[in-house]
Amino acid sequence: MAVVEHKGKTFEVDEDGFLQDLDSWGPDWVDFVKESEGIHELNDDHWKVINILQDYFKKNGIAPMVRILSKVTGFKLKYIYELFPSGPGKGACKMAGLPKPTGCV
Amino acid sequence: MAKIPTPEEVSNISFQPPAKGWMDTKPEFKEGCYCNAASPKWVEWLEYPFPRNWSVRDADWKLPPNWKEIILEGFEDRLGRFRTLKLFMDICVRCGACSDKCQFFIGSGDPKNMPVLRAELMRSIYRRYFTTAGKVLGKLAGARPLTEDVIKEWYYYLYQCSECRRCSVFCPYGIDMADLTILGREMLSSIGLNIEWTMASVGSCYETVGHIGATPQAYKDMIDFFAEENERVTGIYTNVTYNRKGAEILFIVPSGDYFADPGTFNYMGYLLLFEYLGLDYTISTYAAEGGNFGYFMSHEMGKRLNAKFYEEAKRLGVKWILGGECGHMWRVCNQYMSTWNGPADFLEEPVSPITGTKFENAKNHKMVHISEFTADLIKHGKLKLDPSRNAHIKLTYHDSCNPSRGMGLFEEPRYIIKNVVPEGNFIEMPPNTIREKTFCCGSGSGFNGDEYLEMRFRGGFPRANAVRYVRDKYGVNHLACICAIDRAVFPPLMDYWVPGMDVIGVSEMVGNALVFPNEMERTTDLRDRPLVGYEEAEEEEGGETE
Repeated sequence: MAVVEHKGKTFEVDEDGFLQDLDSWGPDWVDFVKESEGIHELNDDHWKVINILQDYFKKNGIAPMVRILSKVTGFKLKYIYELFPSGPGKGACKMAGLPKPTGCV
Repeated sequence: MAKIPTPEEVSNISFQPPAKGWMDTKPEFKEGCYCNAASPKWVEWLEYPFPRNWSVRDADWKLPPNWKEIILEGFEDRLGRFRTLKLFMDICVRCGACSDKCQFFIGSGDPKNMPVLRAELMRSIYRRYFTTAGKVLGKLAGARPLTEDVIKEWYYYLYQCSECRRCSVFCPYGIDMADLTILGREMLSSIGLNIEWTMASVGSCYETVGHIGATPQAYKDMIDFFAEENERVTGIYTNVTYNRKGAEILFIVPSGDYFADPGTFNYMGYLLLFEYLGLDYTISTYAAEGGNFGYFMSHEMGKRLNAKFYEEAKRLGVKWILGGECGHMWRVCNQYMSTWNGPADFLEEPVSPITGTKFENAKNHKMVHISEFTADLIKHGKLKLDPSRNAHIKLTYHDSCNPSRGMGLFEEPRYIIKNVVPEGNFIEMPPNTIREKTFCCGSGSGFNGDEYLEMRFRGGFPRANAVRYVRDKYGVNHLACICAIDRAVFPPLMDYWVPGMDVIGVSEMVGNALVFPNEMERTTDLRDRPLVGYEEAEEEEGGETE
């Protein structure tokens, strides 16, 4: 486990830089990931993805499968990659404060 | 994350060994080539010893004070319990037949990735502490003392062996490097050295539905999604029952097939096949993981996870288990199940309810592979198939290590493929890279983590090279496989070495080809890609999800 600091706030993260605890998620975390992901400005579509990811996670204990994310947001995968250059798992889930899925994925 | 070198940089491999002898050469922990340490959360969760925060990058790995004792006692204990270990420690004559057979050696040029030398990392400790010659003669007899550096070296190289067993095919004595790696990893685990990817998967599987940590409702949500998708694409709604007592068959797949693309399309294929047959089967929200990452860290943990299958089969009262396209699941059930959790005498010897075929090979563990099941259906003319629906797929087939080397499953997937794609669309890779000589994907046995990408690309290089050969020579555009780790790790490996190569499961192609009596006109495959002859109509509508 490591600790990252951003604008005076500290966050506990795993070795891949995913937030350890969704409860410590907040605008500062989003701001921090935004920079490391190379996203200039967050728009409504970014937030739509983040909100859906968090809602799904709270209900189901896991991030939605990519195809379900695509269906629920109405965004094609290609567009999700445009929003989050490192992809729905690494970029969007990280920004939303979700843990990374493991296993055969 | 470490910067990934370019394919040009990675393929510039030096096979010049270091000037100093191997005992005097310490491993350099190169970014991108080692797996991250497991966080204490998982270790505690599973009640494994010595949970702590530590990092491979730190000089101090915070080993327990009596680590040496633990390792040596553990070694001695295992020498007594596993005849294989004792035999493999003594029997190697260093003929070198294995030395250039490992994909990690081929891709890295590091001599310690020669299986003979990888085993020597353990053998040298065995000699020093458990043989008279080694105790007396020391280095002269190939023995060396156990130090923290030795432990670090084990960690580095035992996690650069994917337990694929390719080397053992070439060893005249049949020394099984995977067995040694498994036991070595167990010993590392006994002093609290585990890797994050495996521990997180195992912890999740122990507590929830499977490795990905899905809850039962998330699992159901995904399977229901496939049923809707099947209806949208084919007009056929695929019915599923969950945890249904009294069903004839329990169906278990690796979680990659219901969570990660392109495995999800394979799952749609399974569901279509079962709907077509009207199969009396159920799926479980408890035992919903065909994979067993426990097997990648210790026999004990593998046994714990494998028990889930059989407890659930017993609880539901099914006759036998049908397993999906998973890799190491088959090694586990064929080679370990009966001594770990068996015998499964509360189940029946599997018989196909459609063809009446007895699967005598599954007499012991009562599990049938979906490829055996499907090939048998085709052989008996039970499926109406339209290969032209896979005409856009020109493929080669990767023998996944465990089903091929672990259970001899060579013909069945090929037989299915030949029946679901047009003649001439299936091209084999060169003979020394397929069947029992197949090259590993480079990411088996818990190496899916991104921190390890460079090593994955190195280890996957020989496989990718063979794929590139058939792409360039025959225009192959798909790589088929029957393992969920393959389906997860091949897409980035192909993007890196063989851009443009799609990865596909065999059951997905069965789903494409299967002709239902009441189906609607098919213009796309399960991925919404236009079938040959329907390309233009599709361009106007779009509808891709990839």
